[in-house]
Amino acid sequence: MTNTIANSVPTKEGRYGKFGGQYVPETLMTALIELEEAYDLAMADKAFTDELNYYLKDYVGRETPLYFAENLTKELGGAKIYLKREDLNHTGAHKINNAIGQALLAKRMGKKKIVAETGAGQHGVATATACALLNLECVVFMGAEDIKRQQLNVFRMELLGTKVVSVESGSKTLKDAVNAALRYWVTNVEDTHYILGSALGPHPFPKIVRDFQRVIGVETRAQILEKEGRLPEAVVACIGGGSNAIGMFHPFVDDEEVALYGVEAAGSGLDSGKHAAAIAGGQLGVLHGAYMYLLQDENGFVQEAHSISAGLDYPGKGPEHCYLHDIGRAKFDSITDSEALEGLQLLCRTEGILPALESSHAIAYTAKLAKTMTADEVIVVCLSGRGDKDVHTVRAVLGGEA
Amino acid sequence: MTTLQQAILKVKEAGHKAFVPYIMAGDGGLETLKPTILKLQAIGVTAIEVGIPFTDPVADGPTIEQAGERALAKGVTLRNVLAELAFFREDITVPLVVMTYFNPVLAYGLEAFGIACAAGGVKGLIVPDVPLEESDILRETLNPQGVDIVQLVSLTSPPERIAKIAAASQGFVYAVTVNGITGARASFANDLEGHFARLCEASPIPVLAGFGISTPEQVVSMGALGDGVIVGSTIVTALHEGDFAKVEALVAASKGVLEKSTL
Repeated sequence: MTNTIANSVPTKEGRYGKFGGQYVPETLMTALIELEEAYDLAMADKAFTDELNYYLKDYVGRETPLYFAENLTKELGGAKIYLKREDLNHTGAHKINNAIGQALLAKRMGKKKIVAETGAGQHGVATATACALLNLECVVFMGAEDIKRQQLNVFRMELLGTKVVSVESGSKTLKDAVNAALRYWVTNVEDTHYILGSALGPHPFPKIVRDFQRVIGVETRAQILEKEGRLPEAVVACIGGGSNAIGMFHPFVDDEEVALYGVEAAGSGLDSGKHAAAIAGGQLGVLHGAYMYLLQDENGFVQEAHSISAGLDYPGKGPEHCYLHDIGRAKFDSITDSEALEGLQLLCRTEGILPALESSHAIAYTAKLAKTMTADEVIVVCLSGRGDKDVHTVRAVLGGEA
Repeated sequence: MTTLQQAILKVKEAGHKAFVPYIMAGDGGLETLKPTILKLQAIGVTAIEVGIPFTDPVADGPTIEQAGERALAKGVTLRNVLAELAFFREDITVPLVVMTYFNPVLAYGLEAFGIACAAGGVKGLIVPDVPLEESDILRETLNPQGVDIVQLVSLTSPPERIAKIAAASQGFVYAVTVNGITGARASFANDLEGHFARLCEASPIPVLAGFGISTPEQVVSMGALGDGVIVGSTIVTALHEGDFAKVEALVAASKGVLEKSTL
């Protein structure tokens, strides 16, 4: 295999350039080393990949369509826009791709119990679903603030047989749920696997999550070649930790002619200090096992992220995205809460598709980008999830307008 | 031999076990740091682990996490703790070991942090989220400032890894006695003795047991496994509640602990 950008990272030390690594307590090191070995063996075993592909096809509903958004394209009057419909997956978002993959891996490793964290509840629901399917015991940690905001997803996880534990420490949101999940894993490491939901955390998690999400970009690449006979000019995805974005980007990384755009959450605006744009407004640091861009103060204390979208509400960015940013291969920009809400309404109105607030950031960015491009150019957007879960939030903000 | 290792060996030669209390720096305000350290050294502790508060302490249980939140609320940072230590370093008679998560060190800047450690009389450093694989940079920048990098060994560390960690650790090896986070425990795993026997055999430097040790009886039983103990959450709670007698009882238990073989 020739050395390309895409296959040169991570190194065997788990580095993406200077990013990534394994900054975890010693008690977890053996588990991480075992996980990496088990993962490499599993992915080289046709029986494992066949089983994974079976579930992705017959249970998750892959492949997902690449839909030409003709009305949206006309409305914006620029580049042709295609939507990769990850919202049509079982459980309503891309999160299930990784949850099923890691749950199968856990079973293969002989682990009987699963722990996971969740912010909005999408990864929690996906993990609870995979655990119900594969008969694994599941505990999900969720910040007390998020539990208040996402009651329905909490109930959904409970219906699926998962125990949801409220996290009352720190900022009571996603980062604190990760802390609690890591602590639980340290304590129960011998019979428990941690299904991390984003392309974050200590090596090998960012790689495992990327690989299980790569199916998004692999399908997209083949579909656009079939529909357009060529690669797109631009690929756009929203980025919290970065799982849907890295899954979409990775198969395009070595196609130099394809521009990659990651869209961070600018919350109330980058100048307001209330945002989740770690690449735009963070410093280099270590949290939850990885060296990455991180929202923090001058003392190295981690700051709370802010976004209307709970799934983008995390203070760091996955190490591979940090690397793609540093080498200039991907461009990262940001979209505010109010722009995302406009994006959500735009897609509802033009295409009859209600996107998740996370994905609405990618839609809003695409709306800006498309206008700067010509009608013979093509943009592909990852529509990472559906917006049913967000109706309550959107209604509260838009009030009578909705 | 380093100052930290010497201090532990001196206790050993006197027939005792090392006792290292963990304190959360600035729990109760930064002004409590000096009196707390002076009181602890007066009752005969071997060294003092000075914990730095952090927003995301993943290796810690609720007791230390809450103490950290109290200290954070008082504006305590890595920077002002080291500056405070420098003010009274000539009064400090036992080695200080700073325990901090990695991100505050990165934010300080490794070089500047090393210089501040030296100025504050710090002799050792424990960074719980920097395992052996990531620790070279700490030894490169901190050793020239006279600071030992203490590595942790866990119950899950396999024998070949234990040997590597023991060879790399400086001052002492911090042997974690439970799978889990800091905080009091009623009981410990059954195979601790075998684990410690292998660890002490592999280690050229002293081995101290830590995590979950909360009673004088546990100080005796855990101390007997190696060269001494580190006691955290119980000390933090006792200091917070002003119950210094409890601290004294724990320290007293470490004096004259017999070797396991003679019990």
